[in-house]
Amino acid sequence: MNWIIIFISGLITYFLRFSMISFIKKDMLSEKTKIVLSYVPSAVFPAIIFPAVLLDNSGSYVDYNDPKIIAILVAIIVGYFSKKIIATILSGLISYWIIIFLL
Amino acid sequence: MLSKTNIFLKGFFDVLPLLIPVAPFGIILGVIGIELGFSPLVVYATSFIVFSGSAQIVLFELISAGATPLVTLTSVAVTNSRHFLYGAVVSEYLEELNITWKAILSYFLTDQSFAVSYRYFKQNITVPNKHYHLLGSGLTLWTIWQISTLMGIFLGTIVPEELGLTFAIPLTFLSLIIHEFRKLDHIIVIFTSGILATLFYDISFKAYIILATSIALVVATIITNIKFNNK
Repeated sequence: MNWIIIFISGLITYFLRFSMISFIKKDMLSEKTKIVLSYVPSAVFPAIIFPAVLLDNSGSYVDYNDPKIIAILVAIIVGYFSKKIIATILSGLISYWIIIFLL
Repeated sequence: MLSKTNIFLKGFFDVLPLLIPVAPFGIILGVIGIELGFSPLVVYATSFIVFSGSAQIVLFELISAGATPLVTLTSVAVTNSRHFLYGAVVSEYLEELNITWKAILSYFLTDQSFAVSYRYFKQNITVPNKHYHLLGSGLTLWTIWQISTLMGIFLGTIVPEELGLTFAIPLTFLSLIIHEFRKLDHIIVIFTSGILATLFYDISFKAYIILATSIALVVATIITNIKFNNK
């Protein structure tokens, strides 16, 4: 039974990825639609970021001075000025570790 | 002109920083699967067949909790529905490819490789063979995902929990949109999505991501219309 569910899950995931790539032709999307689609990363990723920072494991809100909140603010500032993916991730992780291990 | 190998390697190097959270996440996934009572073969098979961390966690949690197949599969579909949008976004850059290429690249279209390769496509619209970037980023991510899942299955918790590496996941996604923080329209979309997802976090089928995304895209549509009308 588990195997069937896993295979169907794989198929669902694959076809979610494949369907639009294979289906859409250039003329099908208007200029406006293309512009709206360019917002997709900004519309999807925050839905993963915000709950992971603002909520704890049990789903309750963390305090405003929680290490995760301070660290993500550091990462935003460093990322904003450096424009580097690696600097954003590392500055956030390192400031998080400094807060939980040293302070 | 850039060779196919050069573009492939560009994809490899662009996705490299994102492996900092992906590798520990793969290990954690392997550990969780075993802890929830699945056999090593089943746990590894999900990384190969489904190849989507968030959906794999949902699968393990729901099957082990005794959820019905319909609930489990609906949750997987809802969790991964964002990939539907990724396909729509990159489709215009992959249009010239034959169906075999599209079928192969689809398998590798994860959050991370989508984000880095879409950025490359936008900046290199006229470059021939630019799809090798997605192959490079996708294959790299896939390889690390397979290895790290296996490490989690057979070596157990080799990454100390105290390090709090799950926090690296939101940091990765932040790094992927950090260049948009300079644009007011994007900031509005970002905060709409983030705040709504937090408010909707408890709704069923893990639907908070796609629900917040959909409303944020409505806001993006309104912004786009205002911009068009002002031209």
